[in-house]
Amino acid sequence: MSDIGAARAEVSQVPTTTGGMPEAEAPEQRERSASLWADARRQLMRSPVFLIASGYILIVISMALLPFLWTRKDPRACDVVFARQGPSAEHWFGTSIVGCDYYAHAIYGARTSLIIAVCATAGVTLLGGVLGMVAGFYGGWVDTIISRVIDIFLALPFLLGAIVFLTVIKIRNVLTVTIVIVVLAWPVIARIMRGSVLASKHLDYVQAAKALGATNTRLMFKHIMPNAVAPVVVYATILLGTFVAAEATLTFLGVGLQAPAVTWGVMITQHEALFLQHPGLLLFPAGLLFGTVLSFILMGDALRDALDPRLR
Amino acid sequence: MGRYVIRRLLQFVPTVLGTMFLLHYLTSVGIQFSANPVRALFGERAPSEQLLQNVAERVGLGDPCLERKGDPCLGLFADRLEGIFLHFDFGVNLRMRPVTELMADALPYTLRLVLIAIVFEGVVGIIAGVLAALRNGGFVDYLVKTSTVAVIAVPSFVLGFVIREFVGVRFGNVLRGSGLPDWVATGLFSPGFKPDYPWATLVIPGMVLGAVSLAATARLTRTSLLENIRSDYVRTAKAKGLGQKRVIGVHALRNSLIPVVTFLGVDLGNLMGGAVITETIFNVPGLGRLVVGAARSGEATVVIGVVTFLVLVYMLASLLVDLLYAVLDPRIRYE
Repeated sequence: MSDIGAARAEVSQVPTTTGGMPEAEAPEQRERSASLWADARRQLMRSPVFLIASGYILIVISMALLPFLWTRKDPRACDVVFARQGPSAEHWFGTSIVGCDYYAHAIYGARTSLIIAVCATAGVTLLGGVLGMVAGFYGGWVDTIISRVIDIFLALPFLLGAIVFLTVIKIRNVLTVTIVIVVLAWPVIARIMRGSVLASKHLDYVQAAKALGATNTRLMFKHIMPNAVAPVVVYATILLGTFVAAEATLTFLGVGLQAPAVTWGVMITQHEALFLQHPGLLLFPAGLLFGTVLSFILMGDALRDALDPRLR
Repeated sequence: MGRYVIRRLLQFVPTVLGTMFLLHYLTSVGIQFSANPVRALFGERAPSEQLLQNVAERVGLGDPCLERKGDPCLGLFADRLEGIFLHFDFGVNLRMRPVTELMADALPYTLRLVLIAIVFEGVVGIIAGVLAALRNGGFVDYLVKTSTVAVIAVPSFVLGFVIREFVGVRFGNVLRGSGLPDWVATGLFSPGFKPDYPWATLVIPGMVLGAVSLAATARLTRTSLLENIRSDYVRTAKAKGLGQKRVIGVHALRNSLIPVVTFLGVDLGNLMGGAVITETIFNVPGLGRLVVGAARSGEATVVIGVVTFLVLVYMLASLLVDLLYAVLDPRIRYE
């Protein structure tokens, strides 16, 4: 703990550059007393890792939203005559086992993978965030019940739970995969949120707001949340990457999306047997997937560093 | 400590019941919103209602509550709990073989795989972590830092494919031409499991399985050791004139390993689940391949049975780790 103490001492010597608390409602003097988020933004803009990672993510998002900017070819226009060709000027990544243009496939695959990751992360953050907030804020028996439920969900390993549920339900589309991820992954966010709320609910400014007669909802969302949400944002960024990988893993295990769907997971799974003859068929989608997951994790790490005032 | 153990045990019972219920409820809702998995047995043919009902009854999916959407099926849950905890009965597969029998055949392979993984992860992880902590900012430190991120970013099944093809097939083929002993060339460097070499063929799959948490082990050892190196008792030991080896190896490391040991314990449960991927890639006839095979062919009863068993193992491992933590670390007193 000595290093944290030293860091704190160092921080306190620097006059007023770091306001530990966000003053979200009064951002007038930008330079001197900026909010936590403005400080974080300034630091992130100077971090090359964060800039490269977010640049990559922007590229992948543009593939998902506007695939026709990247390729004119239709990923489903396939001709078996041209199956398994190597990369050429006509087909940049070669062709798949059924003769589809692999580059177009890889571009269009971004959409499904990202939709699942974004929807699942949004769902997890909403569900886990609200439950964690309620548990931390009200305490008492509400907290006891929610914490027990969290324990119960955490006892079910993600992969095993997903396999059971997707086997039984048999309908495997974007919606069911997303629901399964949300149901199994919310407790971690709830736990982080709860701890974070517990840490900030007794701070002076919250007590002051309470004394001024703020309602519970106002206290929770206006006062506690801006201060408590930072660790959740960090974890949610990392989760985005984890869910992209989870979709591919479920597909590989045969309980995720199936072949006519165009996703990176389906592409990897379909071509694994051909790895030695046509390594590109595995490596192109796997590389895109790796880049996406890595970028999200690095962004999360950079965010954590930027949002923690003790590390400045 | 006695009070802590009792409290932890008392908490354990409702958590187990809750998790069992969660698993039961998820599967029941799944069945209610799609069709009964027994239909999958008949493929394209449409069986008579009577036949369907009889088969469903025999594999334990005949309860009428599985038709009512949203029904928590408490009666069925009670039956299942009774079966699991009183008769050690995890259901039957669609050919009426008890799931416990299938698991008994598969369990030795998974245990061996997990053992190899945990030894690999523990030994290599701790050594790498110690080296990283001693040369803070050096090459090993950098390697540990980057590999923790990289290993999370590569989905473990992609890692498995690449290692199987390059090490098992390519490199193995080179070795098989040379005059090396058989157990190395066809056993150790085999692209899949071979019953003739029940240990050697599991070494590489075990290492792939352990690789996922290897980096985390190393990082944990590093952080924990760095924290202890700066503490007073280590300074005292150094001041007494003890050698570096003794100070690090005996004084600092023993305390630093407490969180690492508990992490490895929790990971034991995780590895049982992670074996699902590794066993599928390397064709190891263990519990994981049993689950995936059943999931792919739609044998829901087998999946439910085996996963229930694995979840129980996982929870038991976490409980033991918590108790072990209380024994190992005298600072821990939950009163």
